[in-house]
Amino acid sequence: MAVEILKEKYRSQVREVVLGATKDEGGTRSATIKVGGESTLPFLHFEGEVPNPPVVAMEVWDIFPEEWPQNLKDAFGDALNDPAAWAKKCVEEFGADLIALRFKGADPDVKDASAEDCIAVLKTVLEAVGVPLIVYGCGKLEKDNAIIGPIGEAAEGENLLLGVAEQENYKSVASAAMAYKHSVIAQSPIDINIAKQLNILISEMSTPLLDRIVIDPTIAALGYGIEYSYSIMERARFGALNGDRMLGMPMIGNVGHEVWSKKETFIPVDEEPGWGDQAERSLAWEAVTAIALLQAGMNILVMRHPQAVKLVKQNIDELMQDNSY
Amino acid sequence: MGLSGLEIFKQLPKTNCKECGYPTCLAFAMALANGKASLDACPDVTEEAKEALASAAAPPIKMVKVGAGDRVIEMGDETEIFRHDKRFNHPTAVTVEVKDTDDLDARLAVINDLTFERVGQEYSVDMIALVNASGDAGKFKAAAETVKGKTEKNVVLVSEDTAAMEGALDVLAERKPLVYAANKDNFEKMTELAKSKECPLAVKGEDLNSLAELVDKIVALGYKELVLDSGSRETSKVLADLTQIRRLAVRKKFRAFGYPSIAFTSKDDPQEDLMQAGVYLSKYASIVVLKTDKKEHLLPLFSWRANLFTDPQKPAQVQPGLHAIGDADENSPVYCTTNFSLSFYLVEGEVSSTRIPSYILSVDTNGTSVLTAYADNRYTAESIAAAIKSTGLEDKVKHKNIVIPGLVAVLKGSLEDESGWDVTVGPREASGITKFAKEKFA
Repeated sequence: MAVEILKEKYRSQVREVVLGATKDEGGTRSATIKVGGESTLPFLHFEGEVPNPPVVAMEVWDIFPEEWPQNLKDAFGDALNDPAAWAKKCVEEFGADLIALRFKGADPDVKDASAEDCIAVLKTVLEAVGVPLIVYGCGKLEKDNAIIGPIGEAAEGENLLLGVAEQENYKSVASAAMAYKHSVIAQSPIDINIAKQLNILISEMSTPLLDRIVIDPTIAALGYGIEYSYSIMERARFGALNGDRMLGMPMIGNVGHEVWSKKETFIPVDEEPGWGDQAERSLAWEAVTAIALLQAGMNILVMRHPQAVKLVKQNIDELMQDNSY
Repeated sequence: MGLSGLEIFKQLPKTNCKECGYPTCLAFAMALANGKASLDACPDVTEEAKEALASAAAPPIKMVKVGAGDRVIEMGDETEIFRHDKRFNHPTAVTVEVKDTDDLDARLAVINDLTFERVGQEYSVDMIALVNASGDAGKFKAAAETVKGKTEKNVVLVSEDTAAMEGALDVLAERKPLVYAANKDNFEKMTELAKSKECPLAVKGEDLNSLAELVDKIVALGYKELVLDSGSRETSKVLADLTQIRRLAVRKKFRAFGYPSIAFTSKDDPQEDLMQAGVYLSKYASIVVLKTDKKEHLLPLFSWRANLFTDPQKPAQVQPGLHAIGDADENSPVYCTTNFSLSFYLVEGEVSSTRIPSYILSVDTNGTSVLTAYADNRYTAESIAAAIKSTGLEDKVKHKNIVIPGLVAVLKGSLEDESGWDVTVGPREASGITKFAKEKFA
């Protein structure tokens, strides 16, 4: 008796978003990256198209990441003192698909770096690597609003993925994207309705931006509420496939940022003998967090540890193998 | 996923005799559909109708047990594809592979020692899978003896050689191990073995079609305590097969796939092994057999399982009480929040990033967030004051100052009266804690 394979027929598909721009397209990237476009749930090639594999962006900061655990710092060595060298290492040695440049130093409580300082760093990183860039501010709204415009302008045409637009604060990021041809991360607090509402607000500013939005559903680390993010993502993707245009964007998750502040990544084994070796545990924590989110439909993973990146990229390669019946 | 009331009604005698305790056959049918009545109550139902209704009313995935006594592990009995629809019932059994060629004393000692405690929950490895890697029946039996003597864990016996299985099963039958596996060549004898010892039997196909055929043959032999393996070992293919097995069972009530499933990792590298296990655990495997026995690998896997199998309709909670962040001492600041896990973790994350050793007092609000708990009278001056007392906070710190969430600033006065502590109103959102702490406590 032959088994009748159950294939779902969805009405729609995830939007395809292009990141970066080559010389012909008005930027300086050596190649662009496409995310999204799938017409089925994660990696179910037997019933739909998954035209673009999920990608991994590695994080680079404008300042030395003092707060990172030692084993994470050791994985990069001296490169952490120089954003350009750091980015180059991520791409050339560790195979990062994109670089996520985080302007931590712009934080008024850290270094209060100016827009000009940030732009100078951005330029050296753009020069050092050919992959598309994601740009994050420092996380303080007022400061980020002040620097995002000048940063967008300085990199006009590069099609950066600019973070982050939120429901109460989306105009400065969306305007920078609109005026200088970039894409936007639309972040909502583990809430599918706000995710949708925010996309509507951004598209009301500019309809063409609809094809340049990436949803950040807000993810939590393994052991810290990841199941909420997982279910919100599954619901959002299900909505997208069933024709909800305002949920049909690719999704991005700040995995490294969430994971590496949790005690499972830094408590040494002599303090928690039951938890095993800290160095191995910490990168496993990041990798398993990413693996789980991939199964809920994550398209862009922003990560930190090179070995975790390697494991996750290999898992993606394996999952991209055709499994048609 | 059962039949609707109307579908059941068609099978009933429609006599409205009231013998069943319901006024009409239709009312009885509705009660049956909701699982509130049993068909036995109907005196006139025909045998055919009984059979039709019984098979339709059976759960889409049968519950199968492995193990004996208080170590029984229940598998299957799932009704959902997505956890946001309804809770997944039975967490994946995490199983570590050992070979009959390993130094078993040493390996079992390591595995026995694999217990973890994290956020008040304890985990340990559920089963070991003993593989007949030697290909020798005598060696497999001797290994089963060692397992019997050296660990109390549940066992999967892995051999497709019926003679080897018979020997090992004789040793371990009382543990009710999972017999792995019946294949197209050995299924008659394997079924007989499993049946005679009343042990669950894994069925191994070469693909989904051959798996379904084999299941039907074994069911025809009168055995239904089964666990499914499509035989695939490549990550992508296993994901597809596990998805089809779950979907066909739940959505189509395809009987041949209405059993729990088992997945084996296929990597030699322990980290890669962990990645595969993570995929299979996420997508429907009732048992995952992996090779790594390192704490640092298994802890994240257990944590993911703990998260995935929570009830999405119940807010996740943390242990209420006093939590020390860093080397908190008698001078450390005290923050107060609820025991809703997301609130707590947000505050915990921000407080630990202040790098100032602190205490967080998590008040039992039954897992509701600050504003909900406030509205519901669970986060009040009284409940916070009571938590200060019951946790012995007054002996832990020598100051009397507590920080409350800015969202409930209104509690300041009443809490000061109630507790005799000075109350500082903190930021409205956890993200403001770093700045707040810098100004107040640095």
